[in-house]
Amino acid sequence: MIELEGLTKRYGEKVAVNNLTFTVRPGIVTGFLGPNGAGKSTTMRMILGLDHPTAGDVRIDGTHYHRLKNPLTYIGALLEAKGVHPGRSAYNHLLCLAQSNGIPPRRVHEVLDAVGLTAVARKKAKGFSLGMGQRLGIAAALLGDPRILMFDEPVNGLDPEGIHWIRTLMKSLAAQGRTVFVSSHLMSEMALTADHLVVIGQGRLLADTSMADFIERNSRSYVRVRSPQRERLLDVLHGGGMTAAESGDGALEVDGSTAEAIGELAARHQLTLHELSPQQASLEEAFMQLTAESVEYHAHTGAGTPAPPQQQWGASWTKG
Amino acid sequence: MTATQVVRSEWTKIRSVASTVWTLSLAVVVTIALGMLISALSRNEFDSLSAQDRAAFDPTFISFAGMSLGQLAMIVFGVLVVSNEYSTGMIRASLAAVPQRGTFLFSKLAVATALALVVSMATSFATFFLGQAMLGEHKASIGDDGVLRAVIGGGLYMTLIALFSMGVAAMLRSPMLSLGILMPFFFLISNILGNVDATKKVGRFLPDQAGSKIMQVVQPPDDDTPYGPWGGLGIMALWVAAALVGGYVLLKRRDAQ
Repeated sequence: MIELEGLTKRYGEKVAVNNLTFTVRPGIVTGFLGPNGAGKSTTMRMILGLDHPTAGDVRIDGTHYHRLKNPLTYIGALLEAKGVHPGRSAYNHLLCLAQSNGIPPRRVHEVLDAVGLTAVARKKAKGFSLGMGQRLGIAAALLGDPRILMFDEPVNGLDPEGIHWIRTLMKSLAAQGRTVFVSSHLMSEMALTADHLVVIGQGRLLADTSMADFIERNSRSYVRVRSPQRERLLDVLHGGGMTAAESGDGALEVDGSTAEAIGELAARHQLTLHELSPQQASLEEAFMQLTAESVEYHAHTGAGTPAPPQQQWGASWTKG
Repeated sequence: MTATQVVRSEWTKIRSVASTVWTLSLAVVVTIALGMLISALSRNEFDSLSAQDRAAFDPTFISFAGMSLGQLAMIVFGVLVVSNEYSTGMIRASLAAVPQRGTFLFSKLAVATALALVVSMATSFATFFLGQAMLGEHKASIGDDGVLRAVIGGGLYMTLIALFSMGVAAMLRSPMLSLGILMPFFFLISNILGNVDATKKVGRFLPDQAGSKIMQVVQPPDDDTPYGPWGGLGIMALWVAAALVGGYVLLKRRDAQ
C-alpha cells in the first residue's frame, strides 16, 4: 500500500505536484494518468524518497521510505529514465543492486530469466535496445520480490509483443495480491490494464475512481441520425419521448435510445434516413475533457502560475 | 541495511566498469615512466649543476616528478567513480536501493579510496626504486633519513588527490564540469600560484602544493615554508575533508537527479 497525504512539490514559483492525497491499494492495478508534465514522475520520485517533498507526506506500508530496511524487498520501481551505466553488464547492474539489499545473487539469474535477458546478461548495457533497457529496468524492479511495484510509463518505446508482455505481467502481479502502480499518459493503455484510476493534471488530483465507474460516467453512448426530413424527424422523435441534440453538421444525436428503436420509429412514419449509427464517446475524449476542466479552473481562480491556453493541452494529448 | 552490503555493492560497481582499469593503469604508467625519464635526465645534468643546486639536489623528490602528470589520471578516476552515477542516471536506482545517503556516499568513497590507496602505494614504491635506478651514483636509499616517509607519503598524496576529486564531483555531479575545474587547477593554476612571488604565500596552502611537501627529503636552503612534511599533508587532508563535507551536505539536501 502506498499512501500520499497532501504531497506537494514546488520548484521555485512552479508547483509541480499540488496537494495530492490518495492511496494505492494491493491486489489491483492502479493507473496513474495525466498529460506529459502533469507531475507523475515527480510524484513517483517522491514516493521513492529521491525528491524531497515541499510539503505533505508519503508512506510505504505505513513507513517512510528511508526507514525501510532493504527497501527493494518492499517496493520495486521502474523509473522513466534508463538509469544504467552503459559500460556495465546487465548481470553486474542487477548484482550491485541486489548486494546492497542483501538479495542473493541467485535471484539475479531468476529475474534475468523472467524478463528474457539471460542470453545478453553479460553484455554491456550500451548495446541494448530501448525494449531491452525497459526489460532490464523491470528486472531491477522485480529483484527484491517486492509486494509493491511501481512502473513509470512502462510501455514507452516497446514493440507490440513487449507491450503485451508488460500488460500481462502487471495483471499477474496484481493477481498475486501485490500493489501495482503504473503511470501513463495514454487513456487507451490504462483502459486495458488498470482496475483503478488516479488522474492528475498540472499536479492536481482530478479523479480517484475505479476504472468501471470512470467508463460508466464518462463514456456517453448515443445514436447519430441524419435525415433529409430533419424537422419531421425531430417531431417524431419528440413524439416517441426521445430527446435529440444538434450535432452541428446537420445530424442529430439521440441519447437514451437504441439504433433499432429509432430505425423502427422512423420506418413507421415513413421517414428517409441517410445515417443511423450508434456512437460511443471515447475514454480519451472524456479524459481530455477532464484535464481541460482543470485548466479552466486554474485560469478562473487565477491561483498560481497562469495556465497555458486550452488548445495547448489538447495538442499535447494528440501528440502523446 | 548494513554498511557491509553497501560496500559489497559498491565494489561490484567499481570493478564492473572499464574506466576504473584505464584511469588507474594510466596513473601508474604515467607516474613511473615520467619519473624514470626525469630521473635519467637529472643524472646527466648533475655535473653541470652549481654547488648550491647540488646541495639542494633531492633524488627522492626527483623520482616522484611523474606524479604531476600521473595525478591527473587519479583525478579522472575519482571524478568518474562519483559522477558516473549522475551522468548515467544510475543515481536514482542507487538511492532507491540505499536511501541512507550518508551510507551510500561513504561506502562508495571507502571502496574507491581503498583501491586508490593500494594502487598509489604500489606506484609510489615502484617509481621510487625505478627512479633511483635511473639516478645511478646520485641515488638515495630507502633507509636514508626521511626517504621511507617520503615514499609512503607519495602514496598517501595520490590517494588524497583521488579522494579530493570524489568530494568535488559529489558537489558538482557533472563529470565534465568537475574535470574542467580540477584538471586545469592542479596542472596549471596551482603551479602558477605556488611559483609566482606575489601569490606564493597563499599558493603553498593549496592542497597539492601543501601535500607534495611530504615527498621532499632535502630542504632547499632558501625554503621558508611554515609547515613540515606531515603538516603539509595535514593541510591537504583538511581540503579533502572540506570537499567531502560539501559533497555529503549537498547529496543529503538535493533531489536525486
